Amino acid sequence: MATQIPALADRAGWTLQHALSPAGPQAAQIHDLWQFTLWLCVLVGGVVFAAFAWALWRAQRGTEDTPPIDVAHATEQRGVRVVAAAILVVVVGLFALVTASVMTDRALASLPRANPLTIELTGHQWWWEARYEDRDPSRTFSTANELHVPVGRPVLVKLLSGDVIHSFWVPRLHGKADLIPGRTNTIQFRADEAGVYRGQCAEFCGYQHAFMAFLVVADAPDEYERWAERQRGSAIAPSSDAEKRGQQVFLQGTCVMCHAVQGTDANARFGPDLTHVGGRQTIAAGTLPNQPQHLAHWIVDPQAVKPGVNMPPNRLAAADLDALVAYLTSLK
Amino acid sequence: MSASFDVDRRATSAQHEALAGAWGDKPGLVGWLSTVDHKRVGVRFIVTAFGFFVAAGVLAAIMRWQLARPDNHLVGPDLYNQLFTMHGTTMMFLFAVPMMLAVGVYFVPLVVGTRNIAFPRMNAFAYYIYLFGGLMLYAAFLLDTGPDAGWFSYTPLAGPQYSAGKRVDFWAQLVTFTEISSLLVAIQLITTVLKLRAPGMALQRIPLFAWAMMVTSFMVIFAMPSVMFASTSLITDRLVGTHFFNHAEGGDSVLWQHLFWFFGHPEVYIIFVPALGMMSSIISTFARRPIFGHLVMVLSLVTTGFLGFGLWVHHMFATDVPELGKSFFTAVSMMIAIPTALQIFNWTVTLWTGKLVFRTPLLFVLAFFFILLIGGLTGLMLGSVPLDLQIHDTYFVVAHLHYVLIGGSVFPLFGAFYYWFPKMTGRMLSERLGKWNFWLFFIGFNVAFFPMHILGLRGMPRRVYTYPTEMGWGELNFVATLGATTIALSVALFVVNVVRSVRHGAVAGDNPWNSPTLEWATASPPGPYNFARIPVVGAREPLWDPGGIRGHVTGLADDKPELLVTSVVDAEPDHRFLFPGPSIWPFLTAVATTAMLVASVFTPWAVVWGSIPVVVTMIGWFWPKRRDTEASLALERKP
Repeated sequence: MATQIPALADRAGWTLQHALSPAGPQAAQIHDLWQFTLWLCVLVGGVVFAAFAWALWRAQRGTEDTPPIDVAHATEQRGVRVVAAAILVVVVGLFALVTASVMTDRALASLPRANPLTIELTGHQWWWEARYEDRDPSRTFSTANELHVPVGRPVLVKLLSGDVIHSFWVPRLHGKADLIPGRTNTIQFRADEAGVYRGQCAEFCGYQHAFMAFLVVADAPDEYERWAERQRGSAIAPSSDAEKRGQQVFLQGTCVMCHAVQGTDANARFGPDLTHVGGRQTIAAGTLPNQPQHLAHWIVDPQAVKPGVNMPPNRLAAADLDALVAYLTSLK
Repeated sequence: MSASFDVDRRATSAQHEALAGAWGDKPGLVGWLSTVDHKRVGVRFIVTAFGFFVAAGVLAAIMRWQLARPDNHLVGPDLYNQLFTMHGTTMMFLFAVPMMLAVGVYFVPLVVGTRNIAFPRMNAFAYYIYLFGGLMLYAAFLLDTGPDAGWFSYTPLAGPQYSAGKRVDFWAQLVTFTEISSLLVAIQLITTVLKLRAPGMALQRIPLFAWAMMVTSFMVIFAMPSVMFASTSLITDRLVGTHFFNHAEGGDSVLWQHLFWFFGHPEVYIIFVPALGMMSSIISTFARRPIFGHLVMVLSLVTTGFLGFGLWVHHMFATDVPELGKSFFTAVSMMIAIPTALQIFNWTVTLWTGKLVFRTPLLFVLAFFFILLIGGLTGLMLGSVPLDLQIHDTYFVVAHLHYVLIGGSVFPLFGAFYYWFPKMTGRMLSERLGKWNFWLFFIGFNVAFFPMHILGLRGMPRRVYTYPTEMGWGELNFVATLGATTIALSVALFVVNVVRSVRHGAVAGDNPWNSPTLEWATASPPGPYNFARIPVVGAREPLWDPGGIRGHVTGLADDKPELLVTSVVDAEPDHRFLFPGPSIWPFLTAVATTAMLVASVFTPWAVVWGSIPVVVTMIGWFWPKRRDTEASLALERKP
């Protein structure tokens, strides 16, 4: 895999989900609007606050026993002029903000959308099911929790929900769009730089809302095509003895009640599709790095990793567990 | 300035005694539960609401300690989800709105110069219903049945399929309790301001605080039906299998959001507008001058009340709202800044041309300007659709809403409490502790909430029980936790100040701040009858204007609870009215209503059987008493 998530311990990791570090035109437009709005607000707010501080500083001091001021007419007239001028500035400022906001909205709506990559994304408690569409039905494929997209090509995501409301949010690429049961919402973005962009569910959706993350991996177009081609195929047949044993454990155990591995008899749709799980960078919807020891922990005791998750614990003999992990890891 | 006091002092001690007999309560527990004195009920309301404020603050402190470092396991998701739901629900439904209305219950009758709030028994009932609703919610929480779907309980997450058990039912039923309570108080306040003003207090002489409470009350009346429908539909979806919000059966989950926010956004202004009234009272007193631009202030309050209903969709930009709709709601979200800006500018001119008295109430009010300015500007950002799509549902929103709600309401409330405490207790709060209270709160608040703006921009969503270390959110969260701890310390100092000052504070006298409005024209604390002689008002600042108090009303019975009802516009005397006295029935009706509402969480039949005691107690409440009729007839005067 060409584009790797920055080592998870990397201190620069915070840019993973930074709304102000845009990597595509949608996020960049919003970033520009943010800059304009922020500085206009700082300016107007600063002036108002300075005027307020000045007024406090200039005002006379009194005590509770100071007789109430009989306000002179002239002072009041001056006050009227000051307030009128100030409110005029506010109204002009607000007009500027509304105009900038509406123009950004229009600009976002008119970004090129020809020949998009279309992904149907369904939110589940607490993972993401992705189906890559294609005119040719045999070329569609499913994956979970990790979207690969080609750099520079518009991506149209159709947002659906299998249960409650979730929200799709990859801050470095675009703002949010909700996944609402019974409706189809859409969001469009484009990644202009190769990289890994972390996203996370942004609408509270129950116990594991905090760990309903996913990755958007932007690859060079040919890289992406290779990845997509791999995804279209069935799972790699197990080669070593451990992997073969692992496949038996998988198919004879409870895994097949929820999961699918294309090319085997496992085709349940309740949990993430595992056909190419070994090629993903994380497991449990962005919760853990996809490494054998984490995978084993997750399989044995998912409730310790994500309390409330819909995956039951699996008490496996140590040898079976190792075999299963070997098998799943081999599913690149 | 002394004219006013003469009005009260001119009454003989015999008259004071007769009035106390007519308006006072019977001794003992039954007398305590039967009281309909707006001041006693108001104090209970205030103390209860403060209790819920502290409870919700403790929940917030636990959340802050959970978030202080990444991958923390102090509390798990199950408890955390209950914590933030309880925190939000308590702060909005059990603290902010009831507290604002409670201050109105205590002070509106005093400010408009009358002897009790309109419909005083309803007032007692409203308090008990509110108290019982809050106790029900906390009992459920302590039994690990606290609601956990967020304070706005989005469907379908809050629906029967994804929130099994009784947790959300208690939430929905709590909303029923608070709806009843707030609607009743709103009706009382509107009636009090429109019909019970002291004669001469024509519309142009109504103090801004009373205006603010009236605008708020109208907002309550128009906003509450929406959430009544929403919470009732939710509870019937959950308990009897209706499908209002179930898309699979023709319902719509987004309908919930519209209904909730059509109430939920005005709710913010229901909390904010009374604070604006308190601000005006305090600024006027401590700048030693009338508020600049009184008419503009009144119109701003009313405009805010209207516009508050036109921007609920800005909570929903991430759902698929049509483009034109988005632009409309963006524009209204920005437009509502205009009346608030007008008030801020008018106050600025008031302060600028005044003679400032830097006491604790004024400090809290000045902090409002700084904090609300920031909260208002971030509000403009959230009103813009493209920006909102990035910062919606992140810690930026958490920061914004606390800047607006704490800056816009809690700071003015603290100021109002320091300001009016002498009137309520007859003693002053300590200035020294007050300043500590203020500075710790101000610093703690900014340390706690300012970093959250940055956290939101760095991608931290709200309502997460923990976060991975590598997201880089740890340091700022730790800082926020330190700030929250400082706030807790400040609130503890406030409690110490109150407890000490109630007993040992300096004696206040009638009008310690030399304020202009009528509540200061009577004893501190006022007798059960408020004013021994109802003043006749001749100016907007009755205690400052030489012609402010023209005399007093004569001809009202001293030994019976009799009141003067005045006309809406000019406050001309209209008729005398024998007021209802203390009664235990509102308490009993509240108990019966509570039993019905709580039991209906468990079985729909509770509505059938439970309504019988409600009807019986209501009949007891409204049963005409021969004694009252005779008293009323005896007071009649033939022309």
